[in-house]
Amino acid sequence: MIKNNVKMRAEGVNFFYGSRQALNNINMDIFSNKVTAVIGPSGCGKSTFIRLLNRMNELVAHTRLEGKILLEQQDIFDTAIDPVDIRRKVGMVFQKPNPFPKSIFDNIAYGLAVNGIKDKNFIEQKVEESLKQAALWEEVKERLHDNALRLSGGQQQRLCIARCLAVEPQVILFDEPCASLDPISTAKIEELILELKAKYTIAIVTHSMQQAARISDHTAYFLLGELIEFGKTQDIFTAPKDKRTEDYVTGRFG
Amino acid sequence: MRRKYFQGLGFFLLFLSVAITLSFLAVILFFITVHGAKAITWEFLTQVPRDSMTAGGIAPAIIGTLYLTFGAVAFALPLGLACAIYLCEYSPKSIMVNIIRISINNLAGVPSVVFGLFGLAVFVKFFKFGISIVSGSLTLGILALPVMISASQEAITAVPHSLREASLALGASRWSTIKKIVLPAALPGILTGVVLTIGRVAGETAPILFTAAAFYVRGFPKSPFSEVMALPYHIYALMTEGTHPKEQTLIAYGCALVLLFLVLSLSIIAVVIREKQRRLR
Repeated sequence: MIKNNVKMRAEGVNFFYGSRQALNNINMDIFSNKVTAVIGPSGCGKSTFIRLLNRMNELVAHTRLEGKILLEQQDIFDTAIDPVDIRRKVGMVFQKPNPFPKSIFDNIAYGLAVNGIKDKNFIEQKVEESLKQAALWEEVKERLHDNALRLSGGQQQRLCIARCLAVEPQVILFDEPCASLDPISTAKIEELILELKAKYTIAIVTHSMQQAARISDHTAYFLLGELIEFGKTQDIFTAPKDKRTEDYVTGRFG
Repeated sequence: MRRKYFQGLGFFLLFLSVAITLSFLAVILFFITVHGAKAITWEFLTQVPRDSMTAGGIAPAIIGTLYLTFGAVAFALPLGLACAIYLCEYSPKSIMVNIIRISINNLAGVPSVVFGLFGLAVFVKFFKFGISIVSGSLTLGILALPVMISASQEAITAVPHSLREASLALGASRWSTIKKIVLPAALPGILTGVVLTIGRVAGETAPILFTAAAFYVRGFPKSPFSEVMALPYHIYALMTEGTHPKEQTLIAYGCALVLLFLVLSLSIIAVVIREKQRRLR
């Protein structure tokens, strides 16, 4: 039985690209209102794993999943479930900022529009609220109708976060959100993630162990498609149980 | 030293190729303009032909070509775009899709006179549209489909995958994503397809030979099911039929000039729309 504070759970997850197995028997919990970091060397399956959590993997042909992924009590891969509903509840921020080639305002309003919201006042209110939550409002309030592509990389990424917040997901997945950003922008995003966990459940894939240590409550270490170790971030970094985890977090490997 | 010499020679040969190509274009334009300009008068552009094609104007042929071109685009654009969307966004990547792609490319290689025969058999005879603007437009539209499809496919594939992911991750359906994100971003490329289609269609003679065109029609077309005069066919007819070759040759050059100008200006309009769209992004 799932405990109350478990938001998402992977149960015996195997995942295949064609005949190549990318994930091997993953069992892991993601806790409510906590930040869960997923770390590991390139190609270890951490991005693959996080993209299963909102069924983004389905955009790639010839893949196969075994096992279950639960959101609260519900298996998100149940055939009766529409992936669109899952993605509404589990949002995602990507590695490279990917704003739409539209205005800042329209970028955020888009998510509301596709979810059937037509009330203009509500949309305007929501755009402002989301931008404030993403700590971008002060920088863009004078130019909401400028093209989003004119923003800097860090601003674009915060816009993508605002866009995600506007549709009020329960879980937000971050797939290396700072990989293409400078240190100042990175610091802003990290600060933001820490603020967001009061309202949302967060999972973040990162290449930076310092980042995982700074912002996460739990850390999962993946290696070659296996979950080597999962626990409280402090324990993973100070007292890892597995030799392989220790080698990685101390920088001897990877 | 030797390498530098060869490099210089290489660049020179490349430049020469460009110069030769451009000179052909220049000669054609010059030739048509010089001969055609003599024919161009206000009357020539606005009047119907008189005195068994030796006087008067070619207005019905201009109008006919415009009708046929717009008709063909109106048919090929929605159909071609829908095919491209299906092939890029919906169809599973499989052998079947590759076969469809190859078939479409082969369609582009079919000689245009074969399309003309097809149009005669299907639209004129089977559907009983008769020799008419409708039959001609549909025939030209089919001819233009491969161009339309491949240009749209290119434009759709050029839209970054990350935008589709962003949209889907917000809980948008695949159809919303296509309608609101992919197509607007692909629009400039799609309009390029329209430009190419116009260029291809307006000048074609063979497909309308048996399906739409007439050497002489009294006055302007009255309905979509009327026969029409069209510029390319008119040029052909003037040079092969009739009893006053000398006067007719002059008019043919005039027609050629008008046709060139028409295709060019339609293309320019499409390019302007495309650039406007690009700037809006």
